[in-house]
Formats: sequence, C-alpha cells, structure tokens
Amino acid sequence: MSKSRTLNLGTGSFVVLGFAALFFLTTQTTSHGLAVFGPPRYEITAKFDNIGDLKVGAPVSMSGVEVGRVAKIDFDSNDYKAIVLLRLNARYNKIPVDSDASIYTQGLLGGKFIGLTAGGADTYLKDKGKIDFTQSAFVLENLIGQVLANFTKSKADAQASGAADTKPEKAK
Amino acid sequence: MFAELWKTFTDALEDLGSVVHFLFRLVGNSPPALLRFNLISQQIFNSGALSLVIIMLSGLFVGMVLGLQGFQLLQRFGSGESLGTAVAIGLVKELGPVVTALLFAGRAGTALASELGLMRATDQISAMEMMAVDPIQRVVVPRFLGGVIAMPLLAAIFSVIGIYGAQLVGVQIMGVDAGSFWSQMRSAVSLTDVTEGIVKSLAFGVACSLIAVYQGYYATPTAEGVGRATTRTVVTSAVVILFLDYLITAAFL
Repeated sequence: MSKSRTLNLGTGSFVVLGFAALFFLTTQTTSHGLAVFGPPRYEITAKFDNIGDLKVGAPVSMSGVEVGRVAKIDFDSNDYKAIVLLRLNARYNKIPVDSDASIYTQGLLGGKFIGLTAGGADTYLKDKGKIDFTQSAFVLENLIGQVLANFTKSKADAQASGAADTKPEKAK
Repeated sequence: MFAELWKTFTDALEDLGSVVHFLFRLVGNSPPALLRFNLISQQIFNSGALSLVIIMLSGLFVGMVLGLQGFQLLQRFGSGESLGTAVAIGLVKELGPVVTALLFAGRAGTALASELGLMRATDQISAMEMMAVDPIQRVVVPRFLGGVIAMPLLAAIFSVIGIYGAQLVGVQIMGVDAGSFWSQMRSAVSLTDVTEGIVKSLAFGVACSLIAVYQGYYATPTAEGVGRATTRTVVTSAVVILFLDYLITAAFL
C-alpha cells in the first residue's frame, strides 16, 4: 500500500512539474502573458498607407512607455489602406481624439513599433475609436529610390543647364 | 542484386505496415485502458519521473553550452543582449523536443523494449493470453500511453532548465544584462514557437513509445532477440525523430 502511495506521489509530482514547465514556457518566455486573466483592454484602430514590416504583437508606445500591442492587421480593399487594431491596457484610456500614430523602427535595423503622440483635444477616444492622423512606416527602398531619382534628375538638370547655360542649380 | 534491393524495400514496407497496424490496435485499445488509470500512472512514473534526473542534467548542460556559444557568437555582432532570444527559440522549438526525445529513447525506450521482450521470451505474454487477459490492453497500451504523456512534460522541463542554464552562464558569468535577457526573449518568442515545440514533443512521444513497444512485443524470444530489439529501438527512434523533426519544422514554416 505504501509502495503504491510513493509511486502515485512520484507520478503526481512529475506531472505537476511538467505542467508547471509548460505553463512557464507559454507565459514567461513569450509576450503572451496570461491572456485569459489579462488586464481589461481598450482597443483603437488606425489606418496607414503603408505599414512596412509591422507585425502583430509589436509594441505600441507613448512617450517611450509601452502601453499596448498591435492585435490585428488587416487590409481595407475599399480605400487600399492597412487597418491596424491596437490593443491597449485600459489604464491608458485617456487618449485625445486628435492624437497621431506613427510607425517607427527600433534601433537601426530593428522591428517596427507604433508610437502614439497625444493631441491637444479635451475629448478622449472611446473604446473601438479610430485615430485619424497617421504616419506611414519609413520604407528604406522608397527612400533610396527617391535619392536616386533626385540624383539622376539633378544630374540631368546640370547637363541641361550646362548646355543651355541658364541658371546653374545645385543638387539638393 | 536488383532482387535483393527489391526484397529490402518490400521488407521495409512490410515493417512499416505492421507498425501502423500495431498503432491502430493500440489506439483502439486505449479507451478501455484509460479506465484503469493506475496502470498508466505507474508507467508515467517509470518512463517520466525516472527519466527526470538525466533530462534535467542534460538540459542544464545543453543550456549552459548554448549560453557560452551563443554569447561568443552574438558578441561578434555586438548583440550579446539577444542571447535570451537565441537560446529560448533554439531550446523551445528544436533542442528541447529533439534532445529530450533522443534521451527518452535511450532511457525509457530501451527499458520498455527489453521489458516487453523479456516478457515475450519468458512466455509471460503467452500465459496472459491463456488466462484470457489481453496482453495488449493490460501490458502494452499502458506503457505506450505512459510514454506519450511523459514525453511533452519532459521536453518542457528540459527547455525550462536549459533556459535557466543559459541564464546562469550568460547573466552570471558573461555579464549579459538580466533585464534585456528576459525582455528580448519575451518580445521575440511567440506562442506559435511554443506550440511547435509541444506538437513536436507529442509526435516524438508517440513515435518513440510506439517503436519501443513494437520492438519489444515482437522481439524474437531469445536473449539475443531481446538485445537486438533494444538496439533497434534506439536506432529506429533516433532516425524517426530526426525525420519527423524535419517534417514538423517544414509544416510550421
């Protein structure tokens, strides 16, 4: 009898240890946390022209403090914009209606995150509210494209102006 | 020569077919065996709790080595802070399930195979059949289910101990900041990574236990046959684990 008791005790402790380890892996090593018992949420949406490589789960910060995460990214096929659902902690629910959301890059080559800048209005965004002022992600390829276009254009201008001998214009 | 190759091929197919058939028999016999949970609980103890020491020790050292190697490598790119991410993803998705399964095949799989093989060799299985006790239901299924349940738990324990081992080396010895170790890990590891690890360890648990039980149950009833069954268990398990690992990784991409 006592032998089967120690055996059951051993099995029981092993199973408890194993599930504790699983629990640790799902809650402590991921940003998932205890989604079931998580803090009350406050959701707002923002439309962007281009979100770059923003991912679901990316942080949303205000003045550098993480206030929530990107919960969902969708595409609106009516106006060809990306709809980003931001899930914020309900503690931070006093966001003025004229606030703006921009997509920034963490570090030089890091992931993208959303930064909110508070506006000056006295009314606050309600749950499921929408941010009107947004600024798209900074896409490196577009920038390089612009620089190249400017460069070739100014070169062509310089040649044209050299030939016609009119006002010499410096490249920007 | 072609005839020999052909025979090897058909033999392999035949083996595979009988393993699959055996799996269906085990699954079909599982619901009644679940009612006698005492038997399963005993097997969880045998293949799970008794493997804890080797799993925890290996996990600790694998984690510590990952901490050292990862730190040396990441520091070259000036990103020693992402050690936590590298270690956690490596352990949770890949090393945890695979190394645990290989150790499990060596520690618990061989024990299962030789135990069943000896039962076969000493006619205990035939005796049960004569007493109208179904040996599959009474002996084989509890061992199989015990292994299937124990394996994911062991893999999770391995990963957790490994992460702490890496933290020990990275933070305490190499001087990575503890805050960035954990926070970078938390922001980079997603729930899918953990799910992938769990799916892998479940699949490995089924494969390892099935192979061990099959080899033991159908062992040639001689001393040599039991020895061969044990060897085959380890070899086949190792190959199947690595093959399944590739398949599941590809499926999760």
